[in-house]
Amino acid sequence: MENTGLNKVDLIFEKINNSEVLTKAFSMTREKIIQEMLDSGLKGRGGAGFPTGLKWKYTAAEKSDEKYVVCNADEGEPGTFKDREILERVSNKVHGGMAIAGKAIGAKKGIVYLRGEYRYLLPKLMTELDSFHKMIKEIGYDFNIEYCMGSGAYICGEESALFESIEGKRGEPRNKPPYPTASGVFHKPTSINNVETLVTAMMIMKHGSKDFTQYGTSDSRGSKVFSVSGDTPTPGIFELELGMTVQQFVNEFGDGDTKAVQVGGASGFCVPRKKFMETIIGFEGVPTGGSMKLFNSSRSMYNVLHNYLEFFTEESCGQCTPCRVGCQQLLLGVEMVKKSEVKSTYLNELIKLADTMKIAAKCGLGQSVGNAFKSIVGNFREEIIY
Amino acid sequence: MINLTINDQQIEVKEGTTVLAAARQLKINIPTLCNHDDLCVAGNCRVCLVEQKGARTLIASCATPVFEGMEIHTNTLKVRNARKHVVELLLSEHRSDCTKCYKNQNCELQALANEFAFGDHILLSLVEGKSYDIDRSSPAFVKDDSKCIRCQRCVRTCFELQSVSAIAVANKGAHQKISSFHDKPMSHVVCTNCGQCVIRCPTGALVEKTCIDQVWDAIYDTDKHVVVQTAPAVRVALGEDLGYDPGERVTGKMVNALRQLGFDSVLDTDFSADLTIMEEGTELLGRLKKALVDGDHKISLPMFTSCSPGWIKFIEHKYPEFLPNLSTCKSPQQMFGALAKTYFASKRNIDPSKIVSVSIMPCTAKKFEADRPEMRASGFKDVDYVLTTRELAIMIKQAGIDFRNLKPANYDSIMGVSTGAAVIFGATGGVMEAALRTAYEIVTGRDVPFGNLNITPVRGMDGVKEATLKIEGCIDAWKFLEGIELKVAIAHGLVNANKIMRMVREGKAPYHFVEIMACPGGCIGGGGQPIPTNMEIRKKRIKAIYAEDENMAFRKSHENPEIISIYKEFLDEPNSHKSHELLHTHYVERDNY
Repeated sequence: MENTGLNKVDLIFEKINNSEVLTKAFSMTREKIIQEMLDSGLKGRGGAGFPTGLKWKYTAAEKSDEKYVVCNADEGEPGTFKDREILERVSNKVHGGMAIAGKAIGAKKGIVYLRGEYRYLLPKLMTELDSFHKMIKEIGYDFNIEYCMGSGAYICGEESALFESIEGKRGEPRNKPPYPTASGVFHKPTSINNVETLVTAMMIMKHGSKDFTQYGTSDSRGSKVFSVSGDTPTPGIFELELGMTVQQFVNEFGDGDTKAVQVGGASGFCVPRKKFMETIIGFEGVPTGGSMKLFNSSRSMYNVLHNYLEFFTEESCGQCTPCRVGCQQLLLGVEMVKKSEVKSTYLNELIKLADTMKIAAKCGLGQSVGNAFKSIVGNFREEIIY
Repeated sequence: MINLTINDQQIEVKEGTTVLAAARQLKINIPTLCNHDDLCVAGNCRVCLVEQKGARTLIASCATPVFEGMEIHTNTLKVRNARKHVVELLLSEHRSDCTKCYKNQNCELQALANEFAFGDHILLSLVEGKSYDIDRSSPAFVKDDSKCIRCQRCVRTCFELQSVSAIAVANKGAHQKISSFHDKPMSHVVCTNCGQCVIRCPTGALVEKTCIDQVWDAIYDTDKHVVVQTAPAVRVALGEDLGYDPGERVTGKMVNALRQLGFDSVLDTDFSADLTIMEEGTELLGRLKKALVDGDHKISLPMFTSCSPGWIKFIEHKYPEFLPNLSTCKSPQQMFGALAKTYFASKRNIDPSKIVSVSIMPCTAKKFEADRPEMRASGFKDVDYVLTTRELAIMIKQAGIDFRNLKPANYDSIMGVSTGAAVIFGATGGVMEAALRTAYEIVTGRDVPFGNLNITPVRGMDGVKEATLKIEGCIDAWKFLEGIELKVAIAHGLVNANKIMRMVREGKAPYHFVEIMACPGGCIGGGGQPIPTNMEIRKKRIKAIYAEDENMAFRKSHENPEIISIYKEFLDEPNSHKSHELLHTHYVERDNY
């Protein structure tokens, strides 16, 4: 069944009996859990979209005395705030999802890496974690979760930098391979999943993969939580079925004057009005970790781009050349074009540089700087120059 | 074994081999920058990017292991464009004032620029108009952040090879830099001045603090008598900076060149290395006697060697509770300095205030050592200027000397005669071997029980070496040592020193005597040696050192005729009052940050 419109869904925040779902999941074999996840077609909700079932399958296949489930709660993408809401409202489902992942891959330990700015959530999360630990003990299952605080670096949302940070080192991405499934935190096989992915996994266990595949498209199964912000009369958190077009989205959330939507935050793509109809929000079109930012005609796209580039120039870990220096060059470049200190054709050189960053940077951060840069410069060139 | 193709050439390599290593086996050159054979993989600079069939991005060949059926191309359009961009990006954040730079013509970034990014640069300069800190606080080296390209070789060196971590990465993004604890000047942190970072820095961001001009000034000053001493490890490495292959010995030519440069007396640190053996060997035997015969529990054993100023500063910072274990002997450089302005001055009838004492060292830490306030036993600064091997090569080039066609010459007499025991000071295990050759003979009246005096168990490149020597047939004066198994250990590279010191701290080190050198391979791998220095080159220099030893007329320090004379005429006996005044020193506790 293909998506035909903009359908609101209530899966992530649905009230459930945690203990019941977990009892059901723990009665299943590892293989059965992984098969369910594969059948569901669930792709990671952090933005990169790696199939969750495959990640669990690879990690399960590793032989090791210790494995880890890590929950990536370092929600730092500009314009994303859905994980915060999930943790505030249904953290028990996050913990439950981690335990299911643990069962699937053979891990007894889970670590939640929580964004530094979310420290204020910690007291409540600790209380809820206590009752989770009690509950899981009553079911007769052994799984322990710890929280580890981030300190405000965007790069620590990158999985291997996140591991380094947990290990007490400077948060810098590692060389890959090896991938986390083989060598993750403390160099043990690790399944690292986004907050929302783990909750979705929990719900797939409750409803079954078949139910889940009723939603979304063949490339983008299910529903997802969107963080809507910018020039909209209704900012906030919305769970929507995947597969809608940007036009459908704008019809619901726009203010009638939307000229562009930034899908996927600073590392995502800018979709201009003329492409609203043809662009699907999802892995077949523009993927997103949830960030949806609307811009109306009062906004200068130069300012938008400048803001993103300042962000990357600051938040690059600084380790690899293309990202550390490339971001500075893109930022300085657009400033010089704006000031007419270089010719406007210099933008073409910057686009080439952005292309190199995409294939030469060490991690996802540097590789995705070009997304926003190219889509904004490509669609709003005049606004950058004049 | 894994089969792959690189540029359509088949190759079979061991599992775990990197793409870069496999390409090198095929003699396919992939440019690198952050990669260094002595260090762990970083994958930072992205200069070594290659195309892997089926991969979404280019891959860093230094950091990517091979897999079966892998197809690699190293010179596609995509690779070339990316590589040019990467080099240009590096150049845009580097202050490229090449003609003013100390590393001009010896800079890896410059070489890459010549190869991949010559002509017009499209990208804008990120350094113009920005102010940068140039840290000149250390007497050994200068740290210039405007030349730094953040390859982190220095950081990895300081951590992996030296376990010091005086420098580390600070800040992120555009503000990322290599910094010290709380951004303090390098002279105020745990830095040992070993210079291992300096020999691995691919640009001019870390260079020795040169005193070439001051030395020229002294040479041209007709009122001054300029004395030069040359350390053992210089003679087997200097050639590398003058067009020779690694491992060539250029001792005689170097002596001749020094004379042509205008030094008034060309003398040898090897002389004072022999003297060190006399003093340090006697000190060791004295400590053993006090501990074993007199039962004095306050005697600190094991005794550590004290020749390496990087090691001295390391223990002062990191293990100050073991300073009493250090031999009180000054290093050969400083013994020489103290004698040049006393013994030598009086023998040659020169006013010591007119003597300028210069040393040629494989070492940057020696610059710091010469500046220590303790090193003024002669009443003057004992060693005025310390030049590295590299600086000497620069002076020889500046003077237009045709080094290759120089005739070998001999050192001047009085503090110019030495033995094979002294020259091996330059290699890890050398001080130990020289000490054993002499101490064993003092105690037993016989040669050490090793063929041709070569004490092979203390040689080689293992990070920590241990050996046991059973002392048998002692002469009467040393009967208390009869049957004792003398346990010794040797460490080179401070990461290995740290291993031994941990054992000592835990009370698990059974040794009597421990030799420690701050640099990998000992002085031949010192921070003042020609660049590059790596394992292969260190091994060649060590081989040359032992060849030099075997060629010497005398191979035991106590047989050096000038050593015999100096004790007869000036010092009386090892560890005499006079020796203590001139040749021994003390140490200071320093903070551990």
